[in-house]
Amino acid sequence: MPMNVLIVDDSAAIRKILERVLRHAEFPLGEVHEAGDGREALSKLEAQEVGLVFSDINMPNMDGLELLASMKAHESWKHLPVIMVTTEGGQEKVMQAIQLGASGYIRKPFTAEQIKEKLAGIV
Amino acid sequence: MNDQELAATIREAAGSVFSLMLGLPLESGPEYRAEAGSEGYDGVIALVPMGGSWTGSGRIICGSRLACRISSAMLMAEHAAVNEEVLDAMGEMANMIIGNVKTAIEEKLGTMILGLPTVIYGRNYRARSSGVRDWLVTPFQCGDETLDVQFFLAPSPPRTETAGGRTAPLAVPVD
Repeated sequence: MPMNVLIVDDSAAIRKILERVLRHAEFPLGEVHEAGDGREALSKLEAQEVGLVFSDINMPNMDGLELLASMKAHESWKHLPVIMVTTEGGQEKVMQAIQLGASGYIRKPFTAEQIKEKLAGIV
Repeated sequence: MNDQELAATIREAAGSVFSLMLGLPLESGPEYRAEAGSEGYDGVIALVPMGGSWTGSGRIICGSRLACRISSAMLMAEHAAVNEEVLDAMGEMANMIIGNVKTAIEEKLGTMILGLPTVIYGRNYRARSSGVRDWLVTPFQCGDETLDVQFFLAPSPPRTETAGGRTAPLAVPVD
């Protein structure tokens, strides 16, 4: 069954790259929705049915960790897998994301293979 | 951390971004110190500020031709002139290169926070950061085009503290 994906990143370039990787992965991709920050992501989650979220951490208005915390506190979204894709590779940020309930953590720059491996482990 | 160590970290970060995200060749030259804003630039500059235990800024500078080549490789779409997509791609390049340098140097210098990238495109412009006199410049060659990664880093000034050495919550009288 196709799965809708939400990609959250303030960089349109990264959103495009991730979408391209997903389209070429052996993954039952449905619709791809995009958001430029955490606030926009929450609006998209209200309006769309989503099965998986990729999120950056450093974003304006609401960052990825705040988004993750909001999702995990919400009855409808707390079970959605969230994969963080970020330049923040410090142990502190990784631990924070995992403690908040992130399903995976990919550091930029990434390869298509890394994304595919993470998908295989989660979906 | 001395200039050689910082330049080595910058080379590793830039090399990794170019090979993994772009598949473009990148050769580095010897690092040097240069005065900020001493020359006019043509092309694209992408800046990322940092704060925390140390304060600084990193920036990548290249001509418009290389900026278009970078965004074309990143997005797998032809960009003949600098547009919104090229500026966005250059902002993300700076974010990845400077962000990876930040993560690597945090082990020695303590936790830092990365700001959001700013990208500027123009001709004969000068860029100056307040209070910064000179930058560590690590030059790179991508084909026949050059790209500079410039870095400035200094210990953050000590925080202002109250006479007791710590701040306290505001006391609110209760009736």
